[in-house]
Amino acid sequence: MATMLGQAEAAPEPASEQLPEITGRSPWALAARRLWRNRIAMASLVLFLLIVVVCLAAPLYAHDIAHVNPFVNNLNGTTIVNGKKVPLMQQGGGVLHLGETPIGPTWDLRHYFLGADAQGRDVAARLLYGGRSSLGIGIGSAVICCFIATVVALIAGYFGRAVDAVLSRLMDLVWAFPVYLLAISISTVLLTSANGLQVGPLHIAASSLWLPTLIIALIYLPYVYRPVRGHVLAATEKEFVEAAVSQGASDLRVIFSDILPNVVSVVIVLLPLMIATTILTESALSYLSVGVQPPNASWGTIISDGQDLLYTRPWVAIAPGIMIVLVVLSLNVLGDGVRDALDPRARLRVEE
Amino acid sequence: MLTFIVRRGLWTVLVMFAITVLVFVIFFKTPGIDPVRQIAGRNPSPLVLAEIRHQFGLDRPFPVQYALMMKKLFITRDLVSYSNQGTLVIPEIFAAAPATLSLVFGAAIIWVVVAIAMGVGAAVLRGTVLDPLLMILALIGISMPVFWLGQVANLITQSRFHDTFLFSWVPPLGYTSLTQNPVRWFEGLVIPWIVLSVLYIGLYARVLRANLIEVQNEDFIRTARAKGLTERRVLLRHTLRNSMITFVSLFGLDFGVLVGGGALLTEVVFGIHGVGFLTYQSLTNLDLPVIMATVVYGAFFIVLANTLVDITYAWLDPRVRLA
Amino acid sequence: MTGEPLLAVRDLKVSFRTEDGLVKAVDGVSFTLSPGETLGIVGESGSGKSVTMMSVMRLIVDPNARFEGEVFYKGRDLMKLSREDMREVRGSELAMIFQDPMTSLNPVYRVGWQIAEQIRAHERISRRAAHARAIELLTAVGIPHPAERVDDYPHQFSGGMRQRVMIAMALSCSPDLLIADEPTTALDVTIQAQILNLIKKLKEDFGSAVVLITHDMGVVADIADRVAVMYAGRMVEQGSKQDLFYDPQHPYTWGLLGSIARLDRPKPRRLTAIPGLPPSLLRLPEGCAFGDRCPQRFDACAQVPELTAKAGSDHLDACHLAPGDKRERRERTIHPELTEEPA
Repeated sequence: MATMLGQAEAAPEPASEQLPEITGRSPWALAARRLWRNRIAMASLVLFLLIVVVCLAAPLYAHDIAHVNPFVNNLNGTTIVNGKKVPLMQQGGGVLHLGETPIGPTWDLRHYFLGADAQGRDVAARLLYGGRSSLGIGIGSAVICCFIATVVALIAGYFGRAVDAVLSRLMDLVWAFPVYLLAISISTVLLTSANGLQVGPLHIAASSLWLPTLIIALIYLPYVYRPVRGHVLAATEKEFVEAAVSQGASDLRVIFSDILPNVVSVVIVLLPLMIATTILTESALSYLSVGVQPPNASWGTIISDGQDLLYTRPWVAIAPGIMIVLVVLSLNVLGDGVRDALDPRARLRVEE
Repeated sequence: MLTFIVRRGLWTVLVMFAITVLVFVIFFKTPGIDPVRQIAGRNPSPLVLAEIRHQFGLDRPFPVQYALMMKKLFITRDLVSYSNQGTLVIPEIFAAAPATLSLVFGAAIIWVVVAIAMGVGAAVLRGTVLDPLLMILALIGISMPVFWLGQVANLITQSRFHDTFLFSWVPPLGYTSLTQNPVRWFEGLVIPWIVLSVLYIGLYARVLRANLIEVQNEDFIRTARAKGLTERRVLLRHTLRNSMITFVSLFGLDFGVLVGGGALLTEVVFGIHGVGFLTYQSLTNLDLPVIMATVVYGAFFIVLANTLVDITYAWLDPRVRLA
Repeated sequence: MTGEPLLAVRDLKVSFRTEDGLVKAVDGVSFTLSPGETLGIVGESGSGKSVTMMSVMRLIVDPNARFEGEVFYKGRDLMKLSREDMREVRGSELAMIFQDPMTSLNPVYRVGWQIAEQIRAHERISRRAAHARAIELLTAVGIPHPAERVDDYPHQFSGGMRQRVMIAMALSCSPDLLIADEPTTALDVTIQAQILNLIKKLKEDFGSAVVLITHDMGVVADIADRVAVMYAGRMVEQGSKQDLFYDPQHPYTWGLLGSIARLDRPKPRRLTAIPGLPPSLLRLPEGCAFGDRCPQRFDACAQVPELTAKAGSDHLDACHLAPGDKRERRERTIHPELTEEPA
């Protein structure tokens, strides 16, 4: 037989890619369509947005429906149950029938729906205000964290060598540090200092919500940095980057128009999961009294307030916990859905 | 393998050094704070302030301050809590350690066993309704704040259902040491173990399931089937064995974090006086020396755990070992 | 080659349910294999050649897969065996080696352990004896220093060496049938010849029949006794190697042969390529699946052609053209330079 080198190989194309209804759509449109079809993920998104809207309406609820100010003591206040005027603090309601117990849930939206806390404040109104803080800190810190981590990862991954080595070692250090201990350390130091954080002209008061937001964003930096940097490195080695560089494109241009679009999907997958994580972290720090500071409330601080009332008025602690579970669960489900929609590996493959 | 351990050990030492520097910078050099006042606790007398300034060398250069601090933490171990009338901090931490270890060990056993069962179950039952059901349970598990779950557990077992046969055996909150009363030790820890393990069960079951499914698609699993091995052997010796690499390294990290103080939320909600509880107490008193010491010791433990994990990882995956 | 066939596949159909519809990966394939014979199955990616042999081994575990047809091995229908009976056959009587030796060995176990594991799955034999057999097998497949290499991990071997380990493993229970799924595709060209020669030599030593799956006509020419050509899940031509190469009947086979550079013929100006792409298995064209790409297409092609013997008793093809027409047209397809005016 003669020497034969030829191969009868046509370009291997998975059969599914040749379907007319799939061709001609951008990957983003495809992903959006997949996400749209994922009913559980869409239901989670709706639930999450619903909770966000309700929490944003907290002042509306407090002023116009419940007519309370949930940030001042109201130990001598009264409310109306079944048309009768009753005091908020009731004598001897506890297990030992000693001292005062706040009123329990009335299940009446206008009159202390979830009852009062140990200082006679409307728990339902505090729950909504607390949600504003928790969601704001959670979303804010996750966005800040993803933004900074992506920028640093782009710089490290694109320039490589010494820049990459220094930045990556710094991130490794934060990574090696246990998140809660790091957050607690920074929080305590800043909370005990007389006038909050002072860096040059920038001043953040100890009671500001920005403090926990920034601290949480900082401690999770490496968790976003690592995967994003990996993708930046992979993208930097691609031919289209070489092509752009050889055409004389500036570094900034290459980073933003050639590399960034290739790592955005990673960040988008991470974002809902990061928000879920940061909300949990915020609640834990607030529960430990090193997160949100009075007079502000968050779901974590309300759970902490409710600890002493747990056996007598359990709803004070249970209600904010349920809110956290609902929000975090919906974000986790949504995050799974986004990942499935964007991950090309999830695509159905025909054998061979 | 030996060179690997040596290399990894050197890196560990470096990380530990970096962490102590970082802690030092956070507590002493954060812009706008006065470390003397912070260490002294509430309403210190001028005399105490002067003594602290001298003891910590705060009028001397940075490296000296750092060295003095490290000496107090590790060599002389005479760091003193000013808020708490001069209690020695380091022995206090060591006294609290057994409670933390008891909590974490028990929870770890539960979460490893249950997570493997759930992960393998879900992967094997893929295509049936049980797989998504198990995974939703896992997802709920990782969505619950542990301290809140602890409160709910307390509400049920200590209050609402305590007088029924279900939970009448649950002792009041707190920790009884193993040597003092083993039965009480066990009874008191059952609920905390379960509560602490819920998050990790969810996390590990999800990770393991994803890993198993990924490994199931590997070529070498097809080879294992082609060899004529039983499905059981393919699952346990090939699929699970390869999936365990991630599982074990995750486990080491989480175990380290928990022993190093990460279990503090559980300790607080159940009143278990471990290392985490100590940190919490010092947070409420703003007792900086204790916080600093628990953070450094906790971080050290975690870094040490990471090192052990990496060595185990190398042992499990020969590709890493000989790289 | 007379007597009972070792393997007889009859009207095998394999389909996968997918999001987009039913994929007919294998659509009515039949062939037989005698003991000791080497059959080459040729086709492009997606032609169903691997799926066919994986189905014979019952290695497809996808719950969305559906199988029809019969696979008789030594008179037993493998498709009807219980899982446990099939497991006993796999690895001991039927063995398979795969395309990518880099990923086909378990990275966490020593190669000797992996070979011994297969032996111990089928024979009552001590650990030590199995280990010794593994060393013998590694010697047989030409791995230098087998006594030391037996305790190495897969990543310590090169691709060619790993494929040798795979072959050693496949032969560990002296199977009667060895299925090699593109065993050289992932390897360097220089290593490819070594592996093929090894398979050829061991086939003689062990007396196994071999089914070699490949997209490379050159490999088939080198090693096969008989050749089957597959296209879009169907078999389009089947016959002895001589028949296939010197008297090909199906226009698709002509295309495959035309795309090969041959040194024993005058140099063509360019190699002929088959126009177009293979059809989607979700939407096969009506009639002959190759019709859309076939330059010889005519009215009859709207019907699915049967695989029948037209050119000789054991030379089957699935084309509507009359044998006389084929002979004339095929020269123009395979060797246009011979029929064209010299430039």
